[in-house]
Amino acid sequence: MRWFWIDRYTEFESGKRATAIKNVTLAEEHLHDHFPGAPMMPNPLVVEGMAQTGGLLVAEHSDFEHRVVLAKLAKATFHFSAVPGDTLTYCMTIESLSKDAAKVSGTSHVGQRLQAEVEMWFAYLPEERAGKSLFDPAAMLAMLKQLGVFEIGRDAEGNPLQVPQYLTDAMAQDAKT
Amino acid sequence: MATKEEVFSKVQLALVDALGVDEDEVKPESRLVGDLGAESIDFLDIVFRLEKAFNIKIPRGELFPEDILNNAEYVQNGRVTPEGLKLLKERMKFANLTAFEANPVVQDFGNLLTVQDMCRYVESKVA
Repeated sequence: MRWFWIDRYTEFESGKRATAIKNVTLAEEHLHDHFPGAPMMPNPLVVEGMAQTGGLLVAEHSDFEHRVVLAKLAKATFHFSAVPGDTLTYCMTIESLSKDAAKVSGTSHVGQRLQAEVEMWFAYLPEERAGKSLFDPAAMLAMLKQLGVFEIGRDAEGNPLQVPQYLTDAMAQDAKT
Repeated sequence: MATKEEVFSKVQLALVDALGVDEDEVKPESRLVGDLGAESIDFLDIVFRLEKAFNIKIPRGELFPEDILNNAEYVQNGRVTPEGLKLLKERMKFANLTAFEANPVVQDFGNLLTVQDMCRYVESKVA
């Protein structure tokens, strides 16, 4: 099972911004304990969802070849807690993108209400620290497709995002074995 | 041109925001690592905030010369060589390297920079 804290992307603009949604539901078991009789979405998991939204946006810039990890949560402000039935909309914007790291800021909304604001830094793990890749390429592509990245994604010129060839090849290879 | 007080005040704000410290902890003599707890990712954050606050460009390696400190030509047995020290002094005119020169252990370099050094660096960029 993957650690998914977004349901799907609704916008994905290469190198710039991405929006993803997370539907909060009482079927999520962790809400039964957080808290009994008063279920609410834990805010650290809101941050995780925003990091996933922004992290894949940063990773796409290198065709998902960099090992992108959340390195710093520079700011996190929460205005209220989301509850079952809410749809959280995470809008993440790249503020700075260099070969060392990326700074991403973002908001979480329920409808028009601002639920949270964050600023975060992503770093790239060097190969000697993380092995060849953090993800199996075929599994990575399956996850990206599931989240709708290539369905709604656009490159810097506004053209549909192309699946990197090495990911397609890995999935084809995976299907054979 | 920004006064010394204006520079200090903006540097202080950048450090408060980047490091989550209180304003009164950021004194001219505070060391970024030793006193304010800065880690490597924080330096990227600090550079980003200073660039925005002063509308300047801080080239990689200028404020934190990791290219020298990671270069085997200038580091031997964990210590910066005389050539490396010469280069550091040329590059980092804003920092006081006297104490580091006496015992130039690379590992200690990160603990060298003070808030005052940052201010002097910014002053040299906005002058």
